[in-house]
Amino acid sequence: MPETVTPEAVETTVRDALVQFGPEPDDIKRDATFEELDVDSLDLAELSQIIEDEYGVKLKGEDVGKIKTVGDAVDLVVQRAG
Amino acid sequence: MSQKTRPEGATALVTGASKGIGAAVAIALAEDGWNVGVNYRSDKEGAERTVKAIEDAGGKAIAVEGDVSDANGVPDALISKLEDELGPVLALVNNAGITADGLAIQLEDEDWDKVIDTNLTAAFRMTRRAMRPMIKARYGRVINIASVVGPRANAGQSNYAAAKAGLVGFTKTVATEVARRGVTVNAVAPGFIATSMTEDLPDAALDVVPAKRAGTPEEVAAAVRFLASDAAGYVTGSTLYVDGGMSA
Repeated sequence: MPETVTPEAVETTVRDALVQFGPEPDDIKRDATFEELDVDSLDLAELSQIIEDEYGVKLKGEDVGKIKTVGDAVDLVVQRAG
Repeated sequence: MSQKTRPEGATALVTGASKGIGAAVAIALAEDGWNVGVNYRSDKEGAERTVKAIEDAGGKAIAVEGDVSDANGVPDALISKLEDELGPVLALVNNAGITADGLAIQLEDEDWDKVIDTNLTAAFRMTRRAMRPMIKARYGRVINIASVVGPRANAGQSNYAAAKAGLVGFTKTVATEVARRGVTVNAVAPGFIATSMTEDLPDAALDVVPAKRAGTPEEVAAAVRFLASDAAGYVTGSTLYVDGGMSA
């Protein structure tokens, strides 16, 4: 069953996933771009999987192409789940 | 970031494993400690023979039915079933393959499509689905059974050659996409192997084989077993020929 989709919960999920991929926790802010964080398409593909498993929200390749910042990712998940 | 040792309960899915190379691969992987999903399309008896051979030798396997050329949820159904019954699918051997021979000038669309669908497109769909548990586990092995045909010509098999050559290109690119997650993707290219797929070939076909004999399914399986092993963790994007010197 998907977890409750609050912006705070989603942000925590995204943050925890990103830390696994290498960025420093302190650098992971809402307005940080994935490029600045050195997070690439493979990392984002894996993030999509984590989000799908956790919240049942499916992010397709074209969605991932449009999200540029941590905030974009969180907002998209909350919007899709709502 | 990558896992070097095969995790506990790791399962290998071998497509088209009711006979021939697929069956030999399933048996060899089980000998190496993998739990094995023995996929078949219609030859249930053959698949169950493979499962029995594995169990008699002390291994764990189940037969899983599914036509890999069917686009409707087959990869997810196969992999989910194996995850539930055996363990995470961390090795995938895309072996299922068919031929529908004819000169290109006479080949029907249907014969082109079905060979491409089963031999190439199915490998893509299966791999796409199997990548998920592998990336999560930071460990995975995808082995695509290609052929000497593809890189090399074989008149009457333009569809097969296209699919198998495509499989090699697919192997290389996907290998580079996932390498840093500890997932390797390689191809094995058998030459003339003594199976039902080659039983009607004339003896003269072996003239071009320096070893002057057909290979056995076990010899192909040995190559797959190596590529699936922990020892092959730094081998990726490559094609291992098992062809008695034909391509040399």
